[in-house]
Amino acid sequence: MSEPIIETDALGRDFSVRDGLRRRTVVAVDDLSLRVEAGESVGYIGANGAGKSTTIKMLTGILVPTRGAARTCGLRPVADRRRLAREVGVVFGQRSQLWWDLSVRESFSILAAIHGLSPERERRRTDELVERLEVGEFLGTAVRQLSLGQRMRAEVAAALLHSPRLVILDEPTIGLDVLSKQRLREFLLAERAAHDTTLLLTTHDMGDVERLCDRVLLVDRGRLVFDGTLTGLSRTVGAQRVLVVDLAEPTPDLAIADTEHLGSEAGGLRQRLAFDPEHTTAARVLAAVTERVEVRDLAVEEPDVEDVVRRVYSARGR
Amino acid sequence: MTSVGDLAAYRAVLASRMRSQRTYRFNFRLDLGSSLLVGIVELAEVAVLYTSVHRIGGLDLSAVLLVFGLADLTYSIADLAVGHCDTLPTYLRAGTIDVFYLRPQPLLLQLITSDISLRRLARAGVGLAALVVGLVVNDIDWTPGHVAVLLLAVPCGIAISAAMYVWAAGAQFFLVDGAEATNAFVYGGRYAATQPASVWARPLQALFGFLFPMAFTGYLPTVAVLGLSGPAWLPAWLAWCTPLAAGWVWLLALGSWRLGVRHYQGAGG
Ligand SMILES: Nc1ncnc2c1ncn2[C@@H]1O[C@H](COP(=O)(O)OP(=O)(O)OP(=O)(O)O)[C@@H](O)[C@H]1O
Ligand SMILES: [Mg+2]
Repeated sequence: MSEPIIETDALGRDFSVRDGLRRRTVVAVDDLSLRVEAGESVGYIGANGAGKSTTIKMLTGILVPTRGAARTCGLRPVADRRRLAREVGVVFGQRSQLWWDLSVRESFSILAAIHGLSPERERRRTDELVERLEVGEFLGTAVRQLSLGQRMRAEVAAALLHSPRLVILDEPTIGLDVLSKQRLREFLLAERAAHDTTLLLTTHDMGDVERLCDRVLLVDRGRLVFDGTLTGLSRTVGAQRVLVVDLAEPTPDLAIADTEHLGSEAGGLRQRLAFDPEHTTAARVLAAVTERVEVRDLAVEEPDVEDVVRRVYSARGR
Repeated sequence: MTSVGDLAAYRAVLASRMRSQRTYRFNFRLDLGSSLLVGIVELAEVAVLYTSVHRIGGLDLSAVLLVFGLADLTYSIADLAVGHCDTLPTYLRAGTIDVFYLRPQPLLLQLITSDISLRRLARAGVGLAALVVGLVVNDIDWTPGHVAVLLLAVPCGIAISAAMYVWAAGAQFFLVDGAEATNAFVYGGRYAATQPASVWARPLQALFGFLFPMAFTGYLPTVAVLGLSGPAWLPAWLAWCTPLAAGWVWLLALGSWRLGVRHYQGAGG
């Protein structure tokens, strides 16, 4: 049971790209060594072009690594690609694995045949996914006629139809509205709880990471620069938290020790104060505010992780 | 290395493809009609040429009908079965090929069974008609040897033609806009195969006689069953080596495919 579900050792991949007349080598992933245990839920984040998709393609046997080695579900991704395909479910937000001219139902039944599911298992799993992802209302619709949100739900169901142990999602929430994102996240949480699935997802939406992941891997130009929890990530870069207070009466900008005043709204009825959790606490800041003015309501905003990523990058001289 | 279970997978995909083609009945008939027309025009070209010249490269019209029939029938069947390989560049450019990598079947079989163009049946019909006529109008000595040559020629011819699509598909992984480059060989080979190999220019002899052994699909079996000797560089007895030619070109095809799959660069995203 102690075998990791993903393990890479100094994994790297180069691309040779044409640059005018000359050829140039792009190092997409370099010296990547990581270990993910079964049952974990990992957010794989980084800026555009950091190498996230390339890593996923190497983990699933689509791309052959230039250097190093990877093992996914204990298998060699390229050499054991076909066996691995039975253990992993992958969603590429930008690609479809459904048949555009077929209905969602037909696509599912073809995929069931592709994975060799017994009729009984196919029915049970399809029913489960259709219900949890609310796919029922458009089961009979041709894929090409689905809205983006509907299609993504169908894609996720399609990737999970064979009950994979490891689910890899490359930007699953791209382009979705708030409600659709919410639904998809809830589904993934429920799926994880029910089947103990391991989750690896890349995203630019930090809400995904906050809601879904208990571990964060941050890549910068193909290299792993952080591995830990989201709070740990915020702490390493000294990310500030923000206290938002709604006041009983319009008040001039508050000046509180150890905080930075970020702004006032509604003539001073709502004010935003940033503080560093290393130096003070939300309770202490709140106490200082209530000393001066009556507080009606309050909220503490967690750091924006996009901002955290930017800070990590700039700390690394980018 | 394909298990019985996988057959259900291919069948499911193909059945859905066929269903969707028959949904557009009118288009389907139009396609069928136009591909029939193309086949007839090609056959007519041969007929017109031979009625004015009578003999080319030691073959008369009825003999050439047999060459055409064998080569065209086997090629059309190969085209029906694996011709879909030539959409690979589209899959590569769009990155949709990634999806094949995520499924537990061999990539090549997935590609081949990802679609089927039933209209290509019409083409095979023309080839079959030419072959039947060719067998009737020629004065064939029906010895067991000649029957064996013909019985070998059909499956091997299909295999050789199919291999042409496969090596070309493998090459697509390396080439940008590679279809143009490989089509010259794939479709050039198809055309050359319907002509008497005895009149081919020297470079063609090497290219389609041996490297891509298209001469084995129509010309060689024809000269063998008609009791002709064939040119010095391609003696009629080589017709017995048709299975070898098929084996060779499949080696080439699978090698090309394997290299291609390993070389795959992905399409960003
Ligand atoms: N097929 C390819 N050919 C050439 N270069 C490529 C290819 N695929 C990726 N790259 C390059 O490799 C680097 C990493 O790309 P990758 O797609 O892995 O980034 P990513 O982290 O997924 O980015 P994004 O967030 O934009 O999806 C980029 O510089 C990209 O240009
Ligand atoms: Mg990406």
